Amino acid sequence: MKIQINNQSLLSIIDQLANELIAAYPDTSNTVLVGIQQGGVVVSSLIDKAIRSKISDPRSGHMPFEHGQLDITFYRDDVRNKILAPDTMHLPFSIEGKTVILVDDVLFTGRTIKAALDALFDYGRPDRVKLCVLVDRPEHRQFPIQADHKGQVIKAQRSDKLKLRVNEQGQAELLLLSE
Amino acid sequence: MQLSTKHLLGIKNLSSQDISLILSTAEQFKEVLQRPVKKVPSLREVTIVNLFYENSTRTRISFELAEKRLSADTINFAASSSSAAKGETLLDTVNNILSMKVDMVVMRHSASGAPHFLAEHIPAAIINAGDGINEHPTQALLDAFSIQEKTGSLKGRKVAIIGDIMHSRVAQSNIYLLKKMGAEVVVCGPPTLIPKHIANALGVAVSYNIKETLAWCDVANVLRIQLERQNQVLFSSLREYSIAYGINRQLLDSLHKEIVIMHPGPINRGVELDSDVADSKQSIILQQVENGVAVRMAVLYLLSGRTAQA
Repeated sequence: MKIQINNQSLLSIIDQLANELIAAYPDTSNTVLVGIQQGGVVVSSLIDKAIRSKISDPRSGHMPFEHGQLDITFYRDDVRNKILAPDTMHLPFSIEGKTVILVDDVLFTGRTIKAALDALFDYGRPDRVKLCVLVDRPEHRQFPIQADHKGQVIKAQRSDKLKLRVNEQGQAELLLLSE
Repeated sequence: MQLSTKHLLGIKNLSSQDISLILSTAEQFKEVLQRPVKKVPSLREVTIVNLFYENSTRTRISFELAEKRLSADTINFAASSSSAAKGETLLDTVNNILSMKVDMVVMRHSASGAPHFLAEHIPAAIINAGDGINEHPTQALLDAFSIQEKTGSLKGRKVAIIGDIMHSRVAQSNIYLLKKMGAEVVVCGPPTLIPKHIANALGVAVSYNIKETLAWCDVANVLRIQLERQNQVLFSSLREYSIAYGINRQLLDSLHKEIVIMHPGPINRGVELDSDVADSKQSIILQQVENGVAVRMAVLYLLSGRTAQA
């Protein structure tokens, strides 16, 4: 196990993603930020926090996006093999006709995002869905799914696992777990 | 986290962790039931048979709805219109159904222990939907979920179970569950309807005085007086029962505090509960029914994984 991205580098990636999102989605009232449980919620919360601190000046003309959490446990395609307890689902707003920015920590095979799209569409019909990830591992993709906004591209073995964790000091960092 | 059991035969053999897992999973399913699409694809490849050897409205509809909301395929079986009426044994009936590739069995039977017997002989996951005078685990789970939702927690909560404790599987499952989760339980009813050794056997207090019991409790779970038992001379008449143990507005007002009223249904209005109590805002009877679907979804979901390995 080694730390692939430490907290300081991670926060600078978050900062860059926040800037990217502010620039790309000026229509804030029609755009929502939705983190995928569990790692994606950590990332989306950090992005939300970064955006709020950047636009605290009302003259910026930008408002924070509404922010929700999506749990995909009931939509996993491997649900029969391992029964997992569900996590919290929290979408306290309508996504009908909106731009939804899905946020996840690591884009790997694409299965999580496929399940997240299934889950999302049971809540309404968004106008468009964008994908924002902290880390992309493009060479292992199993579905035709690409990120619109990505923090960093990481090359690693298929069997390696990248895992976001929040340490005892409450700081997020990305770990590389090799077999 | 997984359940420690392959079947849900009763609350008796669940751990408090199992109960917490079911209740927290049910919370997420309750959220699903508030959405525009009240359905998830989790049990898409699972087939469930609802085997009802005894009449039921609520439990049966609730299970069927829970199964459909999980995208499972369902088959309904009522003993009265089946080959059971031709003398087929329970095990034969179930083995015939299972040979058609059914994964889970939801079962209600008038004989106590019928689902336990089945569990020893068939590979499918079995969920007890009420067996004789033994247990009705999903009712106890939905009652607990409703108490938790209404009052915040089960630990330390004072719950009175009122009525025919002797013949009630709902009472027995509720007592097991509430004790495991740290609630205090008093059972109240006429001496003829309360088992003699219940205090020692199940760790509950016994009261024969309805007013004292209501004054003590936070939650009153009022059971149905089973009209079919009227001929067993356990009490002299329904009218007398109603006078001694029926809950009416006047009695509740005399308590000078607001308690939560529950009932597993069907209600005998004017016997154990008056209409102005059953329909009041203190009553969470309809919320219990609503929560029943979410709780049964949680049970089916959490037990479904085991069938694939069986």
